[in-house]
Amino acid sequence: MVSIRSIPSTPSSLTHLDLQWIIKHREDRFTLCGRCTSVCPKEAIFLTYRRQRMPKLDILKKKRSSEYRTFTGIRQRTEPANRCIGCGMCATVCPNEAIGPEPNPNDPRVRLLHNDKGEAWKRGGRRNFRGSLLDRIMFTRISMLTDPALDAGRHEFQLNTLLGRVLSPEEFLRRKATGGWIPPVREIFPFIIGSMSFGALSPNMWLGLLQGVAYCNEVLGIPVVMATGEGGCPPWVLKSPYLKYIILQIASGYFGWDEIIRAIPDMQCDPAAIEIKYGQGAKPGDGGLLMWFKVSKLIARLRGVPEGVDLPSPPVHQTLYSIEESVMKMIQSLSMAWGFRVPVYPKISGSTSAKSVLNNLVRNPYASALMIDGVDGGTGAAYNVSMDATGHPIASNLRECYLDLVAQGKQNEIPLFAAGGVGKNGNVTQNGLALIMLGASGVHIGKYMMQSAAGCLGSEQNRCNVCNLGICPKGITSQNTKLYRRLDPDQVAERVADTFMAISTEMRKVLAPLGRSQSLPIGMSDAIGIDDAAAAEKLQIKYIC
Amino acid sequence: MCRLALKTASKPFSPYDVLTAMEAMQEGYDGSGLGLVLRGVKFTDFTYRTQDPILSGIAHTEAAYHRLDAFMQEKGFQLKYDHEFDVDFKKIEAQDRYKYFLRVYKLPASWKTYAADEVEEQLMLNRLELRKNGEDHGGDLTVFSFWPDVVTIKEVGWPLGIGKALHLNDDRIEARVVMAQGRQNTNYGINLYACHPFFIQGIATMTNGENTAYVPIKELLTGMHYPGYIGYQSDSEVFTHILHYVHKRLKLPLETYKHVITPLKTEELNMHPQGDFLKGMRNVCRRMIIDGPNCVIGSLQDETCIMVQDHKKLRPGTVGGKKGEWAMASEMCGVDAMIPDRDRSHDFQPMRENTVIIPPDRKEMKIWSQFDPYPLPQVA
Ligand code: SF4
Ligand code: SF4
Repeated sequence: MVSIRSIPSTPSSLTHLDLQWIIKHREDRFTLCGRCTSVCPKEAIFLTYRRQRMPKLDILKKKRSSEYRTFTGIRQRTEPANRCIGCGMCATVCPNEAIGPEPNPNDPRVRLLHNDKGEAWKRGGRRNFRGSLLDRIMFTRISMLTDPALDAGRHEFQLNTLLGRVLSPEEFLRRKATGGWIPPVREIFPFIIGSMSFGALSPNMWLGLLQGVAYCNEVLGIPVVMATGEGGCPPWVLKSPYLKYIILQIASGYFGWDEIIRAIPDMQCDPAAIEIKYGQGAKPGDGGLLMWFKVSKLIARLRGVPEGVDLPSPPVHQTLYSIEESVMKMIQSLSMAWGFRVPVYPKISGSTSAKSVLNNLVRNPYASALMIDGVDGGTGAAYNVSMDATGHPIASNLRECYLDLVAQGKQNEIPLFAAGGVGKNGNVTQNGLALIMLGASGVHIGKYMMQSAAGCLGSEQNRCNVCNLGICPKGITSQNTKLYRRLDPDQVAERVADTFMAISTEMRKVLAPLGRSQSLPIGMSDAIGIDDAAAAEKLQIKYIC
Repeated sequence: MCRLALKTASKPFSPYDVLTAMEAMQEGYDGSGLGLVLRGVKFTDFTYRTQDPILSGIAHTEAAYHRLDAFMQEKGFQLKYDHEFDVDFKKIEAQDRYKYFLRVYKLPASWKTYAADEVEEQLMLNRLELRKNGEDHGGDLTVFSFWPDVVTIKEVGWPLGIGKALHLNDDRIEARVVMAQGRQNTNYGINLYACHPFFIQGIATMTNGENTAYVPIKELLTGMHYPGYIGYQSDSEVFTHILHYVHKRLKLPLETYKHVITPLKTEELNMHPQGDFLKGMRNVCRRMIIDGPNCVIGSLQDETCIMVQDHKKLRPGTVGGKKGEWAMASEMCGVDAMIPDRDRSHDFQPMRENTVIIPPDRKEMKIWSQFDPYPLPQVA
């Protein structure tokens, strides 16, 4: 055995077999075009000269020997910084199907080395957990003989939901009679494009989403709204008639709000709502984080900061002394900014303390809703440990809050919105409707929109998930013009429309056999069941097997 | 499916007439029970004053019957008339029936100072207390209604058979309004309280069809913590409670009921003269929107009768009659059987936007549409 020092081995050295994605390439198909290496966002592969032994047998001389040939081949880098992320862009650009990543079925050691220089692993994307409780919830109360089922294609369905504080009928009548203030309520589609900031998304992605949303509203008649996330909104949108489709988010960094407040006198219409972000499912306890390389000139202008600096938002609002005070200050002052014509609601991360927040909101006459973001929510950038292990799954969190409202008879007054893992495995309508039947008035979808409308490559197998690095191979989450030019806003808009048309059809396909068409079946818990007795008991729905 | 029949006439008639009319509608029903509500009651053995409350129910044991007596005495109610049904117990399917009671009481002297609202509240609370009393004793006492001028009878079995067993054809009781429904709630376990018509504070409704939005509505009503909103052994009970809530507690005009249970669409309300108010009402009463195929027939304390349909699947429901005499039924043949000598060309089957009203004067059938102006001034 050779001495250890003669082998190039350090504690951090890896082979390609230690990586999560292993590049498979077929030399017989190679044309040396170099497209794969130039497109690779991680510079994970490189063309290099290789030597191959060619065995030679001289029969006449009865001699065996070797000859060597030199060829140009692909090699995969093994440094964690250049690890292959499995995005598959190399396969996309290859004219010959000669290359592509494959998941490593063994335990990839690379995950133990994501802490180089003491930096804990940060990434974007999702939780990397493929299981989904929501996928297991089925719609089991089928209308057949006791009442006829509906025809999903022919009948009319009321699929919309309400966003805004709803008064009790008694209070509504009292205020109507005395000319009192009736809180603003929006009638919207229950699948909302969840908050993704203008800094996190590329300008083309943002434009595409907005165009798609406008098309859904104005042509398809599906009243979709989208939330901005922290960091403001481009001034041309603030002053456009499209603002009514936008939920403006204010978060702990208050980024972009100078611009928004200054634009108020010039606004043609009110925004759909204001979301105050107190927490996020993917990284509870952390504020937003925009890495310096995403702070382009445009983003810097919007946020009122210098170019090219990291923009971490504080974990909590600086003004936050107590929930009562925060609710009073933030909700009321934001309501006031728009003359009490715009619903204002907080977004929190799923937590065992969600119920206390909710009970506080119930007593606040200006709170318009509560949005709870579960642990399966996505993000542009967070620590891996936050994403994977911090937070609360949405289903039981939402259900507890809803049942709490039911006990108080307030379920129609404060709508609950849920997020975190809706459509994580592609079953967006099933997941969304399951949450609605557990008590949500609507759901927010972020990652699913990126995948469905913009072709995001991320997956729960930790595919891609480099949204934090500004190198998004699809141009969705990058401020690099070279990258985001890959994304055509018109095509994104078309896919947004496709997505919502399909969700709306699927909703009818679920609601028709349940015999529901007159109102969104919020809290229709008798219609659903799950094949897990403990979950069924916890959610107070039927156990099915 | 339940068969429903309602007859209202200026001249009192025997409830047995309605039961025979129900025979015409026997196809497609299981005939598993009977629910009857009578208003404008007349007894041949007793001159009834309409303000005195009538307690209707069943004592399943002798002990329960005595407990009932003691309870009412203790509360200060004075028994004025105890209707003795001439019962043929052999013809009754159920075994545990000791006595069908139908008793007229005089309000306790101590209630003299009560306002009308308070009397109504107390009557309901007394009924609920008695119901609870029965439930606490293994269900040996069933109380259907305790209200002036309202008689309720419910039993398991073929409707006409029950009518015969109770000798309802002896004309000792007559009424100006009779609501009859011919089925026990066989979708769930048999329970006398699950049988329509449901009753609360002078309001009674019966329904055919399944209410698919039942659970969220039930949860909303239960969450109001109003003492009368209990029971829910049937998904149809919520229709009665919504009508009670809208008309009696919110004190809104009867037109509002339809706007609450099946509101118009936003596009339609945008064109409606009172669309703004109605949109607001739709938002605040959103959890009371019904779903599923339903025909709801109801009657109010003043003997107004109504029929409404759901928004889409429309269970059958026909109204017909003539001046002074009207019938509502789940089948047209039921109307025929109750009022054969009417002009059938004036029969009406309400559509999704209609509320059919027979006012207490019974002169004509009124048809309201949700697209009509809404009487907003009455609300203010
Ligand atoms: S899969 Fe993506 S990261 Fe991996 S080599 Fe191909 S282009 Fe590079
Ligand atoms: S494609 Fe872009 S948005 Fe999707 S996971 Fe990769 S980096 Fe993130």
